[in-house]
Amino acid sequence: MPASSPAIAATGLRKSFGDKVVLDRIDLRVDEGTIFALLGPNGAGKTTAVHILSTYLGADAGEVYVDGHDVGREPDAVRAAIGVTGQFSAVDKLLTGEENLILMADLHHLGKRAGRRRAAELLERFDLVEAAGKPLAAYSGGMRRRLDLAMTLVGSPRIIFLDEPTTGLDPRSRRTMWQIIRDLAAGGVTIFLTTQYLEEADHLADRIAVLDHGKLVAEGTAAELKRLIPGGHIRLQFAGAAGLETAARALAEARRDDDALTLHVPSDGGVRSLRALLDQLDHASVEVEALTVHTPDLDDVFFALTGHPTTEKAATT
Amino acid sequence: MSTVSYAVSDAATMLRRDFRHLQRYPVMTINTVGLPTFMLLLFVYVFGGAMSAALGAAGGGTSYINYLVPGLLLMAVGSGCASTAVGVNSDMTEGIIARFRTMAISRASVLTGHVVGSVIRTMVSIFIVLGVALLIGFRPTAGPVEWLASIGVLAIYVLAFTWLAVALGMVAKSPEGANGSTLLFQFGPFFSSAFVSPESMPAGMRWFAEHMPFTPMIDTLRGLLLGTPIGNSAVIAAAWCVVIAVGGYLWARAAYNRDPARLGL
Repeated sequence: MPASSPAIAATGLRKSFGDKVVLDRIDLRVDEGTIFALLGPNGAGKTTAVHILSTYLGADAGEVYVDGHDVGREPDAVRAAIGVTGQFSAVDKLLTGEENLILMADLHHLGKRAGRRRAAELLERFDLVEAAGKPLAAYSGGMRRRLDLAMTLVGSPRIIFLDEPTTGLDPRSRRTMWQIIRDLAAGGVTIFLTTQYLEEADHLADRIAVLDHGKLVAEGTAAELKRLIPGGHIRLQFAGAAGLETAARALAEARRDDDALTLHVPSDGGVRSLRALLDQLDHASVEVEALTVHTPDLDDVFFALTGHPTTEKAATT
Repeated sequence: MSTVSYAVSDAATMLRRDFRHLQRYPVMTINTVGLPTFMLLLFVYVFGGAMSAALGAAGGGTSYINYLVPGLLLMAVGSGCASTAVGVNSDMTEGIIARFRTMAISRASVLTGHVVGSVIRTMVSIFIVLGVALLIGFRPTAGPVEWLASIGVLAIYVLAFTWLAVALGMVAKSPEGANGSTLLFQFGPFFSSAFVSPESMPAGMRWFAEHMPFTPMIDTLRGLLLGTPIGNSAVIAAAWCVVIAVGGYLWARAAYNRDPARLGL
């Protein structure tokens, strides 16, 4: 761990709305220049955490330092160091994309010419040159999200908060967004992002913290977290009991479910292991009705870490 | 740059943003001018004859349009404030305000930008109403000094009511609610000396009309434009303006600085 002070450090962070505790004594530490993912389902408290770390909301208790400044006592020093892209687009809908960027440049006091240059540079970088002069009504969801992030970058922040940056984006836009985030981190920017997707955290983050009902239930690298959860499996569906019986004998490591007529075969879901499995089934001359590959997802992580699934209604104890 | 010049530059940026909105969404401005102009035409051409007769001696012998216009200018102030409250309210629900709150910009600049923009817009609509009035026969006796004083007085009224309108826009739950809360400004002049002299009203109503803030404001303006006696109206109007402006400013500032907890989660 580097000796320098962390970009973000929170200890004993608490926040409640009325009698509902949203964040319950959270400790966080994000080192400079790293990507940190706060992973959790809807309602876990991710957005509230971002709101507090970014000075938007006050905390009820706990110490929070961002860029070495206390968020409660020196909010403006924190604000000068950070950039925030919230979950809901923070753009001015009556302005064009370019006007939105110039508005940000003016508020960062970049000066007229430098501001225009910065806006042009970001439009280019985020593939928004053609749409620059159009009102935001003409923008797609992905374009709005890119503009939103471009606006966050106008002031060249050292620490960036991204609240669910890819929620609601199509797969292609999501990949573009991932690339942008990785490029930012490569440039030395510290990134704090929230996500509902294990895959996203896995792809991007150096460290991941799992938040559940306002409590941190796990923290570590993606590899460390994956060790905590059961691996993936392949689910085989059979037409009848005879097929199931034969297959179960051929595949000793499988877990069988006689009622559902299924077998769960542990697997990493890769092509090689899938081919091996099919060969084995061929060999035993078993007819398989359906096959599904199941890779571990957030549900598995939650189930493994908390003993309950991500859905709200199933999780009231 | 110092903190103060940053604050001024941020407010100017917000003002430019406000003007852009005006350009893109002119409906509110048209409404602002529409209501008082409609009232002017209605009361001059439809009710004018009857009102002149009824006004009689209390009107000081001037034609009804001369009596009417100062009150309608106040109505234009109220109408402008309705647009301001609606504009502020819908702006506060925009995501960009959340962004502003996490940026190192002067907190007052968002509100100041709205206030300056609204004052300018409302003054423009007042000039339009005034222009229409002059076109259809409004004949003030004011000289250059009185004209300047009238415009200055109107600007003070606009500034005071705009701060209150900004506060109402901040605390309203929806744009409709914001509009509703300013109905008092828009239609309040009916219960003042705007259309008829309070002396012609029944005792209770008359007491109310004489003591509500619009009456001294209108009487001051009427005195400047038409030379009717002002008496202590100017002092009372000034006191009302201070109360409304300071109250509105403190209320708006408190509303803006409040922890936006309802947006949490």
